[in-house]
Amino acid sequence: MKVLVTGISGKVGQLVCHALLAGGHRVVGVDRRPWRGCPEGVVVHESDIRKRGAEDAFRLERPDAVIHMATVTHLTAQSEDRYRINLGGTKAVFDACQRYGVKQAIFVGRHTYYGAAADSPLYHTEDEPPLGLETFPELADLVAADLYAGTALWRFPEIDTAVLRVVYTLGPSRSGTLSSFLRGPRVPVILGYDPLFQFMHEGDLARAIVLALDTRLRGVFNVSGPQPLPLSVIIAQSGQEPLLVPEPLFRSLLGRFGLPRLPRGALNHIKYAVVIDGSSFREKTGFSHQYDEHATLEAFRRALAV
Amino acid sequence: MRLPTSPEVEARLARLELPFNQDGLDPYGIDRRRLGFMFTTFGLFYKHYFRCRAFGVENIPKRGRAMLVGNHSGGVAFDGMMVIASCFFECDPPRLAQGMVEKFLNRLPFASEWSSKTGQFTGLPEHAVRLLNEDRLLMVFPEGARGTAKLFVERYNLVRFGTGFMRLAMATKTPIVPFGFLGGGEAMPTVANLEKIGRMIGAPYIPVTPYLLPIPLPARMEVHYGEPIAPVGTGDEDDQAILEKVNAVKKSILQLIERGRKGYEAR
Repeated sequence: MKVLVTGISGKVGQLVCHALLAGGHRVVGVDRRPWRGCPEGVVVHESDIRKRGAEDAFRLERPDAVIHMATVTHLTAQSEDRYRINLGGTKAVFDACQRYGVKQAIFVGRHTYYGAAADSPLYHTEDEPPLGLETFPELADLVAADLYAGTALWRFPEIDTAVLRVVYTLGPSRSGTLSSFLRGPRVPVILGYDPLFQFMHEGDLARAIVLALDTRLRGVFNVSGPQPLPLSVIIAQSGQEPLLVPEPLFRSLLGRFGLPRLPRGALNHIKYAVVIDGSSFREKTGFSHQYDEHATLEAFRRALAV
Repeated sequence: MRLPTSPEVEARLARLELPFNQDGLDPYGIDRRRLGFMFTTFGLFYKHYFRCRAFGVENIPKRGRAMLVGNHSGGVAFDGMMVIASCFFECDPPRLAQGMVEKFLNRLPFASEWSSKTGQFTGLPEHAVRLLNEDRLLMVFPEGARGTAKLFVERYNLVRFGTGFMRLAMATKTPIVPFGFLGGGEAMPTVANLEKIGRMIGAPYIPVTPYLLPIPLPARMEVHYGEPIAPVGTGDEDDQAILEKVNAVKKSILQLIERGRKGYEAR
């Protein structure tokens, strides 16, 4: 199958590309960023997904399937065009899928869709609405993109669409939302809170995405790996040092003394857990993770130590 | 930081049937070392301070889902703590009773961390269903915060019961083990509740005792477990049908309290 991957130059995008090639697929990429050292036979169209160049990729390559992972994270500093990339880009991708006869589309979204709040349950299932937007407006574009991608299921019934809500990834690449948070010299945590964080090895995620493709998955699915761990355990097993800060002080310290800069609403995400139930995806695709929580953290720790 | 754990608690923890990983963490984040410290502390209160006695523990199933349902007794959750302690120290093998906690607790620093690491989760139906389907032991006080707010003179009355627990028990086919709790009102004789001040720190109220502080006196406590009630139905029945079943549970709790009270006051 010929598969077009948006966001291919990202670390997980690259892993998905390699996994697709290993599975006997042909791969085309679209990304604003160049991919140096991209494998032979893979063409990367350097373009913003909302621009003409991306549509040309669809027109020229006529992919059978699209894996859309060109979204920007919410847990780092404000980015001016994040809203437009996440939502406008998702619309552009699905429009192109319909126009150029793509048969299968996979939207790679995030488990933070469910939001973090004091009274939200552990192990969210796919039927739950997003919560916590009122305290974290920066999440709105990802939530909207997720729900918008889901509308393809009834708007374009001829396309097999899968919306994946995936947990944080960790691994040798040291990239991703959780990695950036853990990477600094000291990881700020809020005194008196130690929420569960759910993560999986980036290689496992790449395999899960290819499995979703190979099984022609249709619908909305949570994708998770091993059991979640408390933030304190993740920090310790990554070989990092926590910096315990009382909540009132926390806001004024962020972005200084080498601490990461976070939007205000992100505070709830380091006070309360977002944990999802990935059993339905496992049942449908037969997926099981190869890296447990320790192997994943060990891979991340070794990458950090280099 | 190493938290002290008594050898007895350590030995019982080893027999606790929860799916811990190699670090002693279960899929919900319950932390075995925290449990060790918690039960060591609860053990001191259970055995020495409140000299708590548990009757009818054989009514608690050794394994599999069950719901402990009882009356609130005392202004702060010492009743819940002693029920949790009785399931750990008296049941064989020991079991972890998981309470359904008031929402405000998870908002408070430290309380949030401790409650989530010891399996005392926010009282949400999603939590209850998931834990019961995994064959855990749930502890429910259907009186809710209305129950802990009972004053000393009302200590053996039951206030209005919620009905959610019954629907959940029916839907998940969970046996209900009723219990009557005695002595909480004696330990914490509440004469008034400060609601405004409570709300300032995010709690429903702060209880006031004749000696002002909400600190418990070393009163004896007792918990009386009754025979399990098997729920019949789907949980989708109309309110009237559910209410009848709730009242039956309420009645058996009242009987346990009344029967226990004779012995309690004579001892």
